[in-house]
Order: sequence, then C-alpha cells, then structure tokens
Amino acid sequence: MENTEIIKVQHLAKNFGSFQAVKDVSFTVNKGDVFGFLGPNGAGKSTTIRCMLSLIKPDNGQIQLFGKDLNKHRNEILSKVGSIIEKPDFYRYLSAEKNLAIFARISGKDVSKREIAEMLDFVGLNGRNRDKVGGFSHGMKQRLGIAQTLLHQPDLIVLDEPTTGLDPQGIVEIRNLILRLKSEQNKTVILSSHQLSEIELISNRMVIINKGQSIIEGDVKELLNAQEMVVQLEVNDMEKTINVLKIRFESASFKQINERIIEVNIEKQLVPSLNQTLVQEGVEVHAMEPKRKLEDFFMKIIQS
Amino acid sequence: MLLKNTYNEFIKILAKPRSYLGIGALTLLVLLILFAMKADGKSFISFVTASFEQTLSFNGNILNGNLIAFIILQMLIVHIPLLVSLVTGDLISGEAAMGTIRMMATKPISRTQIVLSKFIAGAVYTFILTLWLGFLALIVGKWMFGSGDLIVLNSDGLVILKEQDILWRYGLSFGVAYLALLTISTLSICLSAFAENSIGPIVSTMSIIILFTIIGTLDVSVFDSIKPFLFTTHMASWRSFFEDPVPWTTIRNSVSILVIHNIVLVLIAVYKFNKKDITS
Ligand SMILES: Nc1ncnc2c1ncn2[C@@H]1O[C@H](COP(=O)(O)OP(=O)(O)OP(=O)(O)O)[C@@H](O)[C@H]1O
Ligand SMILES: [Mg+2]
Repeated sequence: MENTEIIKVQHLAKNFGSFQAVKDVSFTVNKGDVFGFLGPNGAGKSTTIRCMLSLIKPDNGQIQLFGKDLNKHRNEILSKVGSIIEKPDFYRYLSAEKNLAIFARISGKDVSKREIAEMLDFVGLNGRNRDKVGGFSHGMKQRLGIAQTLLHQPDLIVLDEPTTGLDPQGIVEIRNLILRLKSEQNKTVILSSHQLSEIELISNRMVIINKGQSIIEGDVKELLNAQEMVVQLEVNDMEKTINVLKIRFESASFKQINERIIEVNIEKQLVPSLNQTLVQEGVEVHAMEPKRKLEDFFMKIIQS
Repeated sequence: MLLKNTYNEFIKILAKPRSYLGIGALTLLVLLILFAMKADGKSFISFVTASFEQTLSFNGNILNGNLIAFIILQMLIVHIPLLVSLVTGDLISGEAAMGTIRMMATKPISRTQIVLSKFIAGAVYTFILTLWLGFLALIVGKWMFGSGDLIVLNSDGLVILKEQDILWRYGLSFGVAYLALLTISTLSICLSAFAENSIGPIVSTMSIIILFTIIGTLDVSVFDSIKPFLFTTHMASWRSFFEDPVPWTTIRNSVSILVIHNIVLVLIAVYKFNKKDITS
C-alpha cells in the first residue's frame, strides 16, 4: 500500500508554437506525499500541471494518475482530483455558495447544501455565503478556491502556487491546512512554488524543474541536509585565505568572487574549524554566510 | 453529467444581467411598435389599403392584431439575432475570459458534454425569446387591436387570409423563425469556441449575418449559385406560411438547409473545443 504511485509523469514535452515550454519533465508522486514542485518563473510548472489535468495536450510523454493513463481514464481520474491552477476564477455574478454548487454538480460526487456551508465555514468565509464573488478580495477568492478544491473530497490535491497574493497569516493557514490534509486524511498533495523555503516547510519530497526540464528529484530532507555546504566568506586577506584552504582543507573546493569575497564548498562539520583556523592565521573574517548546497544551487538557477 | 451541466448553464444564464437585456429590449421594441400603431396606425395603413377597402370582401378592422403581429415579426426578425448572439456568443468565450472554463475543464465532464450543454442552454434561451416575441406580438397585439382577417402584401400580390385560417400559420411560422434564430445561436456559440473574449463572437456573428444578407440581396449572377445555401436567405421563410397556397417545398427546403447548418456548426464547435489547449 505504501509507495503507491499516485502521479507518474514521464518525459513530458509541450511546445507553444516553436517555443518549448516543457522539454523533458519526469517525476513520481507517491500516496500520502506532500510533493513540492519547485522552479523559477517560467520553468514550466503550470504547463506541466495543466497537462496533468488534461487542460492542454502534451506533444510527448506519458502521464499516469492513480496508476491509470490520463488519456484513457480521464473522467474517472479527474473525479478524484481537486485543483487550483494559477489563480482561482469564479462566476463573478454568482454568490460564493452558488459557485461551489456549480462546480460540485460536475465534480462527480453528490455534495449537499450543508456540506457547502460547512466548507465555507472551514475556509473562513462564513457569513459571506450569499455574497457575490465579484466583490471578493484576492485572498477570499483563494480561500474559495481551496473550498472548491476540497469539496468533493478528492484523493489528490493539486495546488499551483496556492499562496501567491495571500497575507502572512493566510500563508500560514494554507500551510497548516495542507499538513492537516496529509496527517488527518492521508491525502496526496502536489504544490508548485518558486520558493525553496516554502517547499522545505511542508513537503517530504520534491522535484526541481528549470527551463522545462526536471533536474533533481528526491526526499526533501536528504536533498537539503546533504553534508556539503557552500560558505561565502568576506575576508581582508585573500591570499592568506586561499593558502589556508589549500593546505589545511584539501577536501574543499573554492571560487574567488572578488578580492574580498570567496565561495567555499566544504563539508558541514568542517565549517567551525575553517573559521577558527582563519582567525588563528590572522585573517579577519568580516562575514561568513553558510548556505546549504541545494539552496545555493537553486539560487543560481534563478539568477541565471 | 450533460443534464447536470445544462442545469448549471441555466443558472449562469439566469444570473447574467445581459440575458435580461435581450428580453427587455425586445419587450420595449414591441411595446413601442404597439403603441405607435395604436396612436397612428390608421394613417400608416390607410394609404396602402384605401383603394382596396371598397372592392375586397374583408371582415373586421384591417389594423387588427393579426396584421400587427405580422408587421412586428417583419420589423424585428432583423434585430433579434443581435439579442440572441449577445447571450450565446458569450457562452464559451466569456468563460475563457473569466477563467472559469479552466475550472470546468478540470472536472470529470467531457469537453463534448460541456459544449453540448451550452448549445442546449442557448437553444432554450432562444426559444424563450421567440416565445416571448410571439406572446407580445400576437396575444398582446390581439388584445389591443382585436382580431380579424389578415391582409398581406406578397411578391405575387395581395393576399387576404380569413381570420380562422391564420392561427396555424402563425404557429408554424414562429416554429420556422425559431429555427432561423437557433441557427444564429448555434453560429455564435460555434464562433465562441474559437475566441477568448466575449465581444469577438458577437461582432463576428453580426458581421456574417450582414455580409450574407448583402450577398443575398445583390443582384449579381456570380452569387446566384451560393444564395440558396446561405442561412440568411432562409431567415425570412416564416413569411411563406402567409402565402396562399403555402409553398411547402420551398419551406421544406429552407428547413433542411437551416437544420444542416445547425448540425455542421455544432460538430465544428465540438471538434474545435475538444482540440483546444486551455491556457487562460
Ligand atoms: N499559452 C502559451 N503560449 C505561449 N507560451 C506559453 C503559454 N503558456 C506558457 N507559455 C510559456 O511557457 C513557459 C512556461 O510557463 P509556465 O506558466 O508553465 O511557467 P511556470 O513555471 O508556471 O512559471 P510561474 O512561476 O511564473 O508561474 C513560459 O516561458 C511561458 O511564457
Ligand atoms: Mg505558474
């Protein structure tokens, strides 16, 4: 039962005209995962998610959900999925509860009026049931979007950047909600983000994609706690620093950024002694900024 | 699923202000004509009929409800397509512009069923519009002007239809007028499947109607071969029921051409919408 594959995407590719939005994306999401789908703007996250929900047709690759081919079992699969893509959009001229009723009616499950009211309570929109969505703020629409996602009790929840436009409290609430969905109801969640810190807080597994390609996939803790660190040092004596590194820390590699700043790849447990040694040798260390390897890697992707 | 989503489509149409715009405008126009006729109809009509009045055997008032209904139909059949496409041209593209089509298309309902339910909803809306027109023109018209024989000027001269010979003609002619308006509805929903904004399909529907109508009225022999196949040519075939004898073959031909238009347009829309990438 554990490790049942809920999502399996293999070599997905999608062109818009001559532009390759997605080149080669593969990843697997297992049952009960909170799966982070990480990538900078324009990486192809939303395009991949749209393919997974049959909104756009891929040019290449396979998509399986719940172990079944998406093309052949579309409706059966989609009745077990709840999703928000990019931003939740609703019928402005209809009330919150009417909107939910409309989407519930085509969700493949019977949802009662009471369940709709309870769901609106649950996402903090109680009292606004009868108000037209046209007058809702972005955050309120986002909450209504979450309600729409959960209403038909899907097994898989797909959230494309669910926290954009939310205030800090809203972000914390969504985060807690996702964690509760996993722990209390054993739902599978995939959420896209361009922030590693967000993924790190809630995901157990993740994939990083960039320029339409999946680069790394794996366990979040393992990927982030890899022993190597990247330490950026600001020193007054670059020559001496390089000497210390060459003689005393042979395992470390480094890259000089300018005459005061150097970047060192080094094992985690050696970081304190590096600092100590430099001071002993009379080097003034003005700043020392340790970053985990993956964090550094991701920052570089974004900057490039 | 088809029924459930058709129900959804009704809810949406009922909640949209523009749906009432069409009905409101229609009501206003018809009432305007009715009151204008009430106030000044005699002088409007008498210069046409003055010469006949003595020579023909005619029962009742010439300016009666039956004639009023005929005049109203004649005047408004040109404008109602705009009111129809105002609502139907928005059915798919309006949801693309709003983003809700994306939400719909991730639900376990096939794209074909989404499109079909919109066609059904559009057809029902058009039906209600036609029914309302019939009610205003014929029922309110008769109530205000009384009943009587109908005098109609056709291409081959003046026809007088006896009072008791009229109602069935109106019944059938409203049926054919509905079919013509349904073609407009189907056309604009079809165009709607190609667009991402709601103005485009409405404007294109009207442009197509205007273009086809112009082609239809131009007396140029190169167009003669296509004229019989333009749906606009058959928009006025409701009038044929007021000829004596009724030209059944012509009507049957018109009806088949309109039905074929509807089928083809639905198929095009279903095909297009199924192939479409939803990127809104
Ligand atoms: N309909 C479209 N037509 C043309 N290009 C598109 C279309 N949709 C997306 N793209 C392009 O595909 C690339 C990937 O877009 P996508 O929306 O998948 O990125 P993303 O990872 O979701 O980015 P973000 O973090 O900004 O949401 C972008 O370069 C975008 O410009
Ligand atoms: Mg995106």
